[in-house]
This record gives sequence, C-alpha cells and structure tokens, in this order.
Amino acid sequence: MNITKEQLKHIANLSNLSFNDEELEKYLVDMTGIVDFVNQLNEINTDDVEITTSILGEYNIFREDEIKESFDRELLIQNAPDSQDGMFKIPRVIE
Amino acid sequence: MNLFDLTIHELREKLEKREITSVQLTKCYLDRIKEVDEKTKAYVTVCGEYALNRAKEIDEKYAKGEKLGPLAGIPIAIKDNICTKGIKTTCSSKMLENFIPPYNATVIEKLNAEDAIILGKLNMDEFAMGASNERSAFFKTKNPWNLNKVPGGSSGGSASCVGANLATATLGSDTGGSIRQPASFCGVVGLKPTYGRVSRYGLVAFASSLDQIGPLTKDVTDSAIMLNAISGKDNMDTTSANVEVKDYTKALINDVKGLKIGVPKEYMGEGISEDVKDAINKAIEVYKSLGATVEECSIPVTKYALPAYYIISGAEASSNLGRFDGIRYGYRTKNYSTLSDIYRNSRSEGFGEEVKRRILTGTYVLSSGYYDAYYKKAQKVRTKVINEYKEMFEKYDVILTPVSPTTAYDLNSKVNNPVEMYLADICTVSVNIAGVPAISVPCGFGKDNMPIGMQLIGKHFDEETILRAAYTYEQNTNWHTMKADI
Amino acid sequence: MDYEVVIGLEVHAELATKTKIYCGCSTEFGGDPNTHCCPVCTGMPGALPVLNKKVVEYAVKAGLAMNCEIARDSKQDRKNYFYPDLPKAYQISQFDMPLCENGHVEIEVDGQKKNIGITRIHIEEDAGKLNHDQYGGGALVDLNRACVPLIEIVSEPDIRSAEEAKAYVEKLKSILEYLEVSDCKMQEGSLRADVNLSIRKKGETKFGTRTETKNLNSFRSIVRAIEFEIERQIEAVENGEEIYQETRRWDDDRGIGYAMRTKENADDYRYFPEPDLSLIKLSEDYINNLKDNLPEMPDSRKARYVSELGLPEYDATIITASKKMADFFEGALTVCSNAKSISNWLMGDFTRLLGEKEMEIENVPFSAQDLGELVNLIDSGKISSAIAKKVFEEMFESGKQPKVIVEEKGLVQISDEGAIKEIVLKVLENNPQSIADFKAGKDKALGFLVGQAMKESRGKANPQMLNKMFLEELNK
Repeated sequence: MNITKEQLKHIANLSNLSFNDEELEKYLVDMTGIVDFVNQLNEINTDDVEITTSILGEYNIFREDEIKESFDRELLIQNAPDSQDGMFKIPRVIE
Repeated sequence: MNLFDLTIHELREKLEKREITSVQLTKCYLDRIKEVDEKTKAYVTVCGEYALNRAKEIDEKYAKGEKLGPLAGIPIAIKDNICTKGIKTTCSSKMLENFIPPYNATVIEKLNAEDAIILGKLNMDEFAMGASNERSAFFKTKNPWNLNKVPGGSSGGSASCVGANLATATLGSDTGGSIRQPASFCGVVGLKPTYGRVSRYGLVAFASSLDQIGPLTKDVTDSAIMLNAISGKDNMDTTSANVEVKDYTKALINDVKGLKIGVPKEYMGEGISEDVKDAINKAIEVYKSLGATVEECSIPVTKYALPAYYIISGAEASSNLGRFDGIRYGYRTKNYSTLSDIYRNSRSEGFGEEVKRRILTGTYVLSSGYYDAYYKKAQKVRTKVINEYKEMFEKYDVILTPVSPTTAYDLNSKVNNPVEMYLADICTVSVNIAGVPAISVPCGFGKDNMPIGMQLIGKHFDEETILRAAYTYEQNTNWHTMKADI
Repeated sequence: MDYEVVIGLEVHAELATKTKIYCGCSTEFGGDPNTHCCPVCTGMPGALPVLNKKVVEYAVKAGLAMNCEIARDSKQDRKNYFYPDLPKAYQISQFDMPLCENGHVEIEVDGQKKNIGITRIHIEEDAGKLNHDQYGGGALVDLNRACVPLIEIVSEPDIRSAEEAKAYVEKLKSILEYLEVSDCKMQEGSLRADVNLSIRKKGETKFGTRTETKNLNSFRSIVRAIEFEIERQIEAVENGEEIYQETRRWDDDRGIGYAMRTKENADDYRYFPEPDLSLIKLSEDYINNLKDNLPEMPDSRKARYVSELGLPEYDATIITASKKMADFFEGALTVCSNAKSISNWLMGDFTRLLGEKEMEIENVPFSAQDLGELVNLIDSGKISSAIAKKVFEEMFESGKQPKVIVEEKGLVQISDEGAIKEIVLKVLENNPQSIADFKAGKDKALGFLVGQAMKESRGKANPQMLNKMFLEELNK
C-alpha cells in the first residue's frame, strides 16, 4: 500500500493545506518514504490484541456540574487577527 | 565558582542563609544570557523585568522569614510550548509568533506557587516536532559543547539552556524523546515522568496520549526537586493520574545493591555507535561494581514502537493542530478574500515543513479506508509494547538503554531525510508508547568530545527507582560535574 | 405512480445542565457574545476538556425513557472538520460506542399507534454561532454556545410522513421535558432536527438515495421542509433525474429547501478516540438507580387523567404533551376539582394567549392555583363565563389573583332579583319592537333582549336569571 498523488491532494485538502506542483512532488517523495516506513507494522501479528484507548486505564474522570467564572472577554479575543463587537471576525460564510 | 554553575539545592541553601539574594542571582543569569545566548540561542523570549520584579518579591519574603518552597528564588526557564499568561508562547512557530496566552499552564501555576522565577521561554522544534531544534521557525539553537552541533530536540532550547548555565533548571516536554535526547546531547539530566504524573493542562498539545512535561537539570537531585514541584493530579486534566505524589528527594539514596537491571539487546546492536555502546557498557560495569545485577534481555516488539509512534503521534497532531485556523488567534494570511483562503493560506504559510508532514501523515492514517490498517493497527501494537514492558518489569526494576544512537551531530547534516531523522528516536519512543517514566543521565563522551547519555526506564509511577539508580550512578561518577566551556 | 417516503431523524437536544459539557462556563442562553467562555470552550492551545458528570446522567435518563439499552462501556471520539463555529476544528462526540442504543418510542397519528425505533443516543458538544455583520458583509463568531452539551437522538428510518415526523419530535420533546433533562426551547435552538429523507416506489425494498436537511428548529419547518423535499424528490424521479446524496438547508421564510455548496472533504471526519478524556463505565447499580427514579412519563400521566379524572382522551393527550402544561393542570387541580373545565381553559384561552404573547408557561404571571380559583368562581356562580374570560385576560396582564380582579373591577355577577328586574324593565321599555316580535312567535327576540340586558349590566347580570325574568315579563 502506498500513497498516490491523488490521495496526497485529498489529504492536503482535508488538512486545509495547499501546495504548488513543486511542493506536491516533494511531499509525495517524503510521504512515500513515511508510508513505506510505517508499513513495517504489517510484519507484526496483532489478531487477538485489543487496541489501547486509555494509556492508564482510568475511567469515569468527571467534573461536577458547578459553574466556574468565565474569562474576561478581552483576554480571549486579544489574540484574534480580526475582531468586532467582542466577536471573532471572518469573511462571509457561503453555504 | 560562579553562581550560575550551582544547582537548585546549592542555591536554595545560599538563599536561605541570605548569602545571596534572588535579585542578585537573577541579575547574574540575565547578564550571562546577554553574553552567551547570542552564541547558543536558547531563548525565544527573555522576561528580564518580570523576573527581577518577581525576585524582589521573593527576597522580601525571605527577609520576612516566610516559609518558602524548595524553588523559591530559583531562576527557571520554560519550553515555549507551555502556556504562560501574559508572556508570549510561540511553539517556535510562525503560527504563534505573537500569541499571548490568557492563562497559565498548571505547571506554571505550580512553579509560581513555589516562588520559582520564570526567566524566559525557550526555543524548540516547531510544535515539538523534530529532534534537532533545526525545525524552529525562528532560529537554530546550538549545542553549548560545540556550537556547530545540534542541541537535540525538540526541547533543544531547554537542554542547551541548562548545559550553558543560562538557567538553573528548565521545563521541557517529551512526546517521543524530546526531553531525554537533547539532555543526552547537551550533557544534562532530563526526566520524562510517567504519563499522567504531570498535568498537561496548558501544554500546547502535539500528541495528547504521549506528551508529558518534565524537568531538565544539572543533576539528579535537582530533577527530583523539580518533579516534586510539578507532579500531581490536576482537575483540569482528565489524564493526570490520581496517584500519590511521593517526596522524590527521599528516593535519592546512594545504593543499588540487589537492584535488577535489564539491558535490551535490541538497543545495543546495529545502528548504535561504538562510542555510545562503550559508554553504556562502562556504565553497566559501574552498576555491577556497586552491587546491582545487570542482565541482557530482549524486547522485540519495541522495534515496532517507532512506526506505531509516527502513526499515533501524527494522527493526534493532525487533529490537535486543526485549531490553528487564523480565526481566534495565531497567524492569519494577508492573502485572502474567502474563509477558505484564510484556512488554507494561514495554515500553509504559518506551519513549517515538518509540521505539515506530520499533519499529512496523521490525516492519511485516519482517513476513510486507512484507519484500520494504520491507526487501529498502531494502537494494537501499542498494547503489545505496553504488555512487553509489563513482562520486563516483572523481572527487572530498571531497564537501561542508550538515549540516542549517536552523540549530537552537525547542524544541517540530517534535515533533508525525514525518515532518517525518525530512526534516531528508536531508543526513546517506546517509553512514550508504553507511558512509563525514563531519565537520561550523562555517562561519558564520544571521541568527538560530545556528551553521551544513558536512559533508565522504570515502571509506571515508579520514578523513585530510576531516580535512585540515576543518583547512585551520579554519586559514583563525575560526568555531571563536567561543564561545557562557554 | 405511488411512492413510499422513508424518513429518519437526527434530533439534537441541548441538555439543561448548569455548565458546559467540558468546562465550567454557564450554559445560559443569551448573554453578551463570548462572555460565557474560557480557554477550553474557545479552543485555546493547551486547554483540555473534563466531562461534566450530569451530562452522562441526563443522557442515560433519556435513553432509559426511550427504552434503550445502556452501554456499560462507552467512549468519546473526535470528529474532525473545519468550520468557524467549531473552535478546536474537531467536535467531541461519540462514534462507535454511544451511551444508549436500540430503543423506541410510541407515536400516534390519526388514532394509529406506531413504534419508531431509536438507533442510538450519544453525547456531544454544541458549536458556537455565526452572526452576520450588519455593516461589512463579514461574519462574527460568538462562542457562548460552543461546548454546550447535546444529546443526538438518531431514529431508525421508520418514519413515513411529515405528520409522523412531527408526532415523533413532539414525543421526544415531551419525554425530555418530563425528564427535565432539556428545556427543549425550539426558538432558542435547544431542540433541532436533521431530516434524512428518501423515496421509493411502493413495494420496493431497497432504499432510495437520501438527502439530509439540516437544522430545522420548529415543528412548522420540519413539516414544511419534509413536504417540500418529498415533492422535490418525486418530481425529480418522475422527470428521470438523479437524486444526489447531499446536505440541504431549509429557508423557512421563503419556504424552499436548497442544496448546500458541497465541499469535497465534507464526509471524511476521521473519527478517532478522544485521547484527552477517559472511558465511561456504567455500573448496574448506577443504571438501576436512575431507572428506579425516572419521573412519570407522558403516556402514564395521560392514562391516569383519563381513568382517574375522567378527562376525554383528546384532552388528556393535549394536556400531557407538555410537562409544563400537565404540571400546570395538576397545580390547578389542587384547589379545584373541575378537571374538565380546567382542561378547557388550558386548551382554549390559555394556549391562545400564550401564543399571542409568545410566552412560555413558566413566564405566565399567575399561578396554576389562580386558574383553579377562577374556575371555582364560575362554578359557584360568582362570575359569569363571559366575565371570567375578561378576568383571565387581566390575569395574564397583571398577574393579579382572580378574586382581586373581580373585586377591584366590581365584576361580581348580579344575582339580586330586584336589580335584575330593574334591568329587564329598562330593556323592555327601550325595545318595544322586540316585545312585538316575541309575541308574534319569534323566539330569537328573547336572545336579543338578554343580550341587551347583558350589555346594560356590563356583562355582570346572571344570564339564567335574566332569561327567566324576561320570560316572566313577556308572558305576563
């Protein structure tokens, strides 16, 4: 199993990354190497093995439904590239 | 002897006795940073004024005879992926070049509560992805032992900083070796605690199930002191464990009699340089001479920990880094008219090459049709690695391996081949995959006069045993007293 | 050609917890933009989620009330996609191990009962809101709603018409309200539905291609969007056009549905287990305890109203559809035993005035007991029904008790014989023509005279007495 240019374009698209043709060629070489490398896993038999979903095996770590004071809005939007009326500003969204 | 040569425990005594003040100590470091950091380039941000003000406050507390924590007045520097309220936290990425967190990471709150002094923020591979610090978007940090060599990574700034005496201790983060490998390259002590020992709240996530914050220090005693300060259950981090925090300085006992040490042959074979093998073998002899039993053992599956690591860390990273979209914080492209332009151009311009590679890898292994073959498979391999370690720890108290196959290499010598770079993580990643603790301790020098580190791996939440083994080694050797001449 | 419509619904209900699902910020609706926010719900770098215990409890209660199997082991997953209202670029949801599975609810349409299967119920976080910038043509992101807890209730494709869909959502709404796990305020978006719809020729066993119309937040829009989509698909099929699997929006103002601009990457969400959260394990004890303490559900209350209070089935259905209505009904019953009359008031003027005033039951300014007292005033002859209507409107305005209104406005029914006689004589004197009509056999004239007398008394005269006295006078 290895990665094709079409697949690379698809995953770049999913990741919201764009590449020009030259970059695409370069990343295709890199990704081919990486995919080859991770394909090593096919050598190992894992038929009766459970997947790890929790490294410590702890469960039911919850918080109580108690209000904590929210943050000062200024602190939360101070890093925004563009804001207006206390909100994050973006171009119009077309559906 | 200069103040900046001293360890936390030495300085703390002088502060307590009022032989020195925290302001004096802080100034000493700030002067040294001015002089040396031009060469090593460990700091992304130095917060001199903030540090001096804090030092004044703490001196007042000392003057009043208040009871102060073990880190009171000690200047500490922080890897730049740990959020510091009001102080830029860049992850050494163009994406976060001007990002000022609105909150402190839990470890920062803990250091503040102990009256430590934060000197500044340290360079790293962008978003902690890399092993040489050459992936920083800003500049390349140098190894204090040889300015033409890399300091390792991703916590290269944190290791170089301690190695060059630009802070008494530092915090780094370790996802696949990012504390231990640079510690070994720079001749300092680096500890990756058990997954869940230290809160990750406020650590900008690379791979959530692997990341762990830990200290880089001048010696093992300082490592235990720092671990005491930052450990513990945090209600803000579900994955921080509800396991009792011991006083780790109590584990610093100069005695390894009867300790059972396993040395996996897989990490002493092909690909490991002769210099490193020699140094490790000598360390083994030291342990034997001190009464420990050392045996060769085998952990065959750990070979597969490396590809599994690149799948799992990539998958988690691809998701964790989605939030950098140019809307709420971080870099926004100048070049946009639509929302889609903002997403694509901000991310394409804001992330560096290695970060993009990891995002692509992670997206690929999670994407429809590949999930089972890659992500799920890797999580199964992870289970096998965890089980293999469990079996090993039924026989041994500590597992001893090299940290890195080689000593620090020349700048710009490896960056072009990602897979070759990945292979250098062979000795360290299985520890993160299994979630166990490990410490890197200086154990010699290569023919290139660059430091070599050995790795001591312990059971889950048994930092005490590896600290004790490391401490005993340190007390019976003198590698830790050797300083880079800079 | 006859077609069968196949509908499955995904209903999202915001849970009525005090705080968000993964942080301690308030879930309260409204508030200045981005003021119910913190690093967790704005997706700041380094922030981590911690699950609100109540969310699990509420979701399990919903599952139990909808006859679901409750998972002993459950986990949360990340659903990855980019959208400006989703600050982390992933939504924490549940993929393959939801909290509840395989349930059903019973609906009734035109007297026909039917079970609608529930595939699953899972917990997830809500997204923020995009506001349109009035001036610049951009959009503004408000994250107050981000991270508010939701359950998504996914039905089997068992629904066959817009009416069934409406009855199903009504049923879910009433169950959730009875459980008090969601306030289900549709106009605030706390209950909304996505409609998956396909058509097939009658007798066909294979499903047709389905479309998904998202985010319908009123019963009216659910019904209209379904009717629109059925018609559109039938027309397309009849014209030999292909139906595309697509996501659609409903524009309620214009009464049309339209396909969203499809993105190539729309459907690959790359779900994987959320590494920042722990597994959820539920014990038998935990589940049994919740099961044993479930409140009375609408169907059971309805049966009780019919058998114990003698309410007609129709009334009982309407009254119990909303828990608040049923609670109001029972509140009135604590001071008044005339269940049918209370029910009439609730289904009639009460519902009408709520509608006119766009008011929720909890905001009604008088108590349920006040309504009971009003009925008592009528039943005891103190006021007429006509007056009662006025009093009731006044209660909605001022919140005053009916007795107080009656006294203040002097609305007590005139039942004094002398006073009634005075009015009757006066009206007869002013309407000689009606007297003549009556005597000529036109019975209608009596009604007119009574009406005039009511007018004269400003509605206060006892109508039975008026009737009786007019007859006496006219027949003299």
